[in-house]
Amino acid sequence: MELKFVTLRDFINRNTLKSNFFYHIGHYFLFLGQVFRKPEKWRIFVKNFFNEADKLVINSIPLIALISIFIGAVLVIQTSSNMTSPLLPKMYIGYMARESLILEFSSTMVCLILAGKIGSNISSEIGTMRITEQIDAMEMMGVNSASYLVLPKICSTTLLNPLLTLMSIIVGIIGGYLLVQITGIIMVKDYITGLRFAFTEYYVLYTAIKTSVFSFIISSISSYYGYYANGGSLGVGRSSTKAIVVASAMILIANLILTKIML
Amino acid sequence: MITIKNINKSFEGKQALYDISATYKPGECSLVIGASGSGKTVLLKTIIGLMEADSGEIFYGNTLLNSLNAKEKKRLRREIGMLFQGSALFDFANAQENVIFPLNFFTNMSKEEKLERANFCLERVGLTNVNKKYPSELSGGMQKRVGIARAIALNPKYLFCDEPNSGLDPHTSIKIDNLIREITQEYNITTIINTHDMNSVMEIGDKIVFIHQGHKSWEGSNKEIFHADNQALNDFIFASKMAQQLKGCTVGTR
Repeated sequence: MELKFVTLRDFINRNTLKSNFFYHIGHYFLFLGQVFRKPEKWRIFVKNFFNEADKLVINSIPLIALISIFIGAVLVIQTSSNMTSPLLPKMYIGYMARESLILEFSSTMVCLILAGKIGSNISSEIGTMRITEQIDAMEMMGVNSASYLVLPKICSTTLLNPLLTLMSIIVGIIGGYLLVQITGIIMVKDYITGLRFAFTEYYVLYTAIKTSVFSFIISSISSYYGYYANGGSLGVGRSSTKAIVVASAMILIANLILTKIML
Repeated sequence: MITIKNINKSFEGKQALYDISATYKPGECSLVIGASGSGKTVLLKTIIGLMEADSGEIFYGNTLLNSLNAKEKKRLRREIGMLFQGSALFDFANAQENVIFPLNFFTNMSKEEKLERANFCLERVGLTNVNKKYPSELSGGMQKRVGIARAIALNPKYLFCDEPNSGLDPHTSIKIDNLIREITQEYNITTIINTHDMNSVMEIGDKIVFIHQGHKSWEGSNKEIFHADNQALNDFIFASKMAQQLKGCTVGTR
């Protein structure tokens, strides 16, 4: 049998470094360093910011609205089916549906859904640009491709996705209201009283901050995997999958940390 | 003028280029030829600075590329136009917007001036009614032309073309070759073209460098190439049956 001798450097390059967690962490932050540079022209940045806002945020409204309206209704059914004790006031159903929507569903669950929608969109778009040499063409011209392509995406999602969360809360509450109105599961008056009961404004701020952080995670991680995609169309598919998996995992970890810090 | 001296490049211990030196003059179409995987694209990307050479020097005029910082390299790149193998047109922009793209970044032209310049460049490459069409709506030949129009939008001093004829029919290939030669001579640009298209070699090869397994194996012009005493080069240019028959005719009539 023929023995092949591999140098230490080759071994590290091939087997360890590029699949290493710490390699990606370092590479990711270097990438962010490249992204967060002053845009070459602010006019172009502003134009791209609104284009990305339209593509990534506005286009997500129908999906988020659809999911939120059903989840709001389901939350009301589940809460009422678990509150069988006659000693518990029925208005708590509305209260618990509101709290679930504000604290967890409209930020974390919506962002996990957006990780799939926006994440795959960003990583496949940038990945395709990478493998068809469009990014090389930008670099060739002296344009900072990372900043040009990624910064508007990160800024638009981080700043505007909290509005999606607010919309999701409102639509979810409307979903619950419609269910109550149609099925008569509880009295509408009780539901509305529950919605108004012990409202903490800080929770809305908390959920908006969480959404901003999660949106940053989604857009930056997806862009990172797209930007360094290789290996043709299969590579783009791989980078899309990785982007969604890693972004989702990071959202869950960040959720835990933020909740511990902020509540 | 571009001068490269003793360029070496390797990937993870595997040597791709060995000690390559050459000089490319303005107003000339300089071709880099060689089989697939011989190192042509690596050489081109190294000259441009998209890849860093392990050793060696690259001069743009009197400026040593290796000694430039990132900002100076960026400034130099504005003097370089490049036509990529797959054209690399931006999918998000139509033909006119593709040509305007570098103008948006690096000029202070008004909107009207940019449009005028883009239309001029598109007309220069023979495209008139495709301004509003997106890359996916254009044929391969048209995409290459838009790529050339974008490359010359900023009046570059240097033009690089990576396999400009790949995927094109012979007729369109000749048109693209002629266009590159006309532009090179008209604007006195230093043009380097990567190709393995023998038609291009015949048509526009003012200067030819043959790369074989990462080594510069031969250098000359299109007038000298068919009489070159280089086995690897002969194997490359007479690989097809048609070329072998033509060679037979040439030898017979000599």
